[in-house]
Amino acid sequence: MREQVIAVSADSIVGEVAKAKAEGYRLVTLTCVELDAASVDILYHFDRDFELKHLRLTVAKDALLPSISPVYFAAFLVENEIQDLFGVRFQGLVIDYGRTLYFDEEVREAPFCRFVVTNGSKEG
Amino acid sequence: MAQTIIPFGPQHPVLPEPVHLQLKMEDEVITEAIPAFGYVHRGLEKLVEIRDFHQMVTVVERICGICSMIHAMCYCQGIEEMMGVDAPPRARVLRVIWSELHRIQSHLLWLGLFADSFGFESLFMEFWKIREKILDINEATTGNRIIVSVNVIGGVRRDLDATQRNAILAALQEVEQSVRRLSDTLLTDYTVSKRTVGKGVVTARQARELGLVGPTLRASGVAQDTRMLGYAAFNELEFEPVVETDGDCYARCKVRLREIFQSIDLIRQAVSRIPEGELAVKVRGKPEGEVIARVEQPRGEVFYYLKANGTKNLERLRVRTPTFANIPALLVMLPGMWLSDVPVVVLSIDPCISCTER
Repeated sequence: MREQVIAVSADSIVGEVAKAKAEGYRLVTLTCVELDAASVDILYHFDRDFELKHLRLTVAKDALLPSISPVYFAAFLVENEIQDLFGVRFQGLVIDYGRTLYFDEEVREAPFCRFVVTNGSKEG
Repeated sequence: MAQTIIPFGPQHPVLPEPVHLQLKMEDEVITEAIPAFGYVHRGLEKLVEIRDFHQMVTVVERICGICSMIHAMCYCQGIEEMMGVDAPPRARVLRVIWSELHRIQSHLLWLGLFADSFGFESLFMEFWKIREKILDINEATTGNRIIVSVNVIGGVRRDLDATQRNAILAALQEVEQSVRRLSDTLLTDYTVSKRTVGKGVVTARQARELGLVGPTLRASGVAQDTRMLGYAAFNELEFEPVVETDGDCYARCKVRLREIFQSIDLIRQAVSRIPEGELAVKVRGKPEGEVIARVEQPRGEVFYYLKANGTKNLERLRVRTPTFANIPALLVMLPGMWLSDVPVVVLSIDPCISCTER
């Protein structure tokens, strides 16, 4: 990406987002990108006067991430979408659909993650 | 007062597409609104794994019927940036013309639905009658009325000759006169103002904090329009964002009405300065890298994130549609409103659920 990309950690993400808000940035959206079987990138996109800035958070798929919806209320929708599609969980969501934003309760898979077929013998 | 919960949608006479709102009420007044989705989720972004990057143009056009051309333009611009190619100048002007035609027909469609939401059915019919003229232009110039499929990576696949351009200008003259006649009715009618003024108010500060886009944002006094980025040929055209300051349903209606005249003006400017030249450049190789592409749809900014790894299939496509950005506004607009105001307030953000659930 041509724009500014800042790597952040799960511990610092809420602080970085709060800083962006204080600097007058609009939250455009979040993007979740599967990297491999175990990890994802979550990109936080911001805009101020048509200049984009991105925060990149690389985390394990089973990590419990702090929600930024207490800072940017509108983030609750995209964080719920990521929970549905990628199975990544957010803690502290202002509205938590519990992985039922798009799907029924019985859906357990994260459909936007690639399916991995492994060879192995069944025991027992 | 005991609290009542009323389910609004997913099937409701005023909703063209399914979305559900759980409305918490005290008497007839809403205290809280929670939206629910999932009735038409398709997961189109996932198709990048089995459709190559050229075929995905056809897929993104089908995210939404109403703004299909603009989805495809945004996607193509993203891939073009990733592959380091520029669409030819003539193609860029043609993209402006077809995208502004899309904006006009989308706003006319919305004005009709909005009139219908407060029971003004003759106005609904009149706006849709005008819209037919735009769809006729689409059919005459592309062969299709809604999904016009003019974009390819590297340019456009269709041209507009002088006869077609003159026909467009003549049709727009009629559209302009008809919309001007109806705008007097819409903006001065007692019933319209009674049902829309002061309803669903969002302040400029709230609009910024919620990350609203498009006419919903500009009706709250924020002069932000993604066309100001100058993509396609917008950097060669003169225009200012249409802004209203009241932040209510009436202001959102005025913004869209004024944007129809703005789009007509932009098409006239584009037609008057269309350059000679080719329609598309050849694109060789496979895309690689990460890019963001953004354009202004009728409902506001659409945001595409594209990631590619040098193969024919993209690694990730993410689309944030304008309605997805505007849905949180309903949670601010609806509390305090009467139940009878819900259809008007919900329609005022011009919700497109097929875009949202893509």
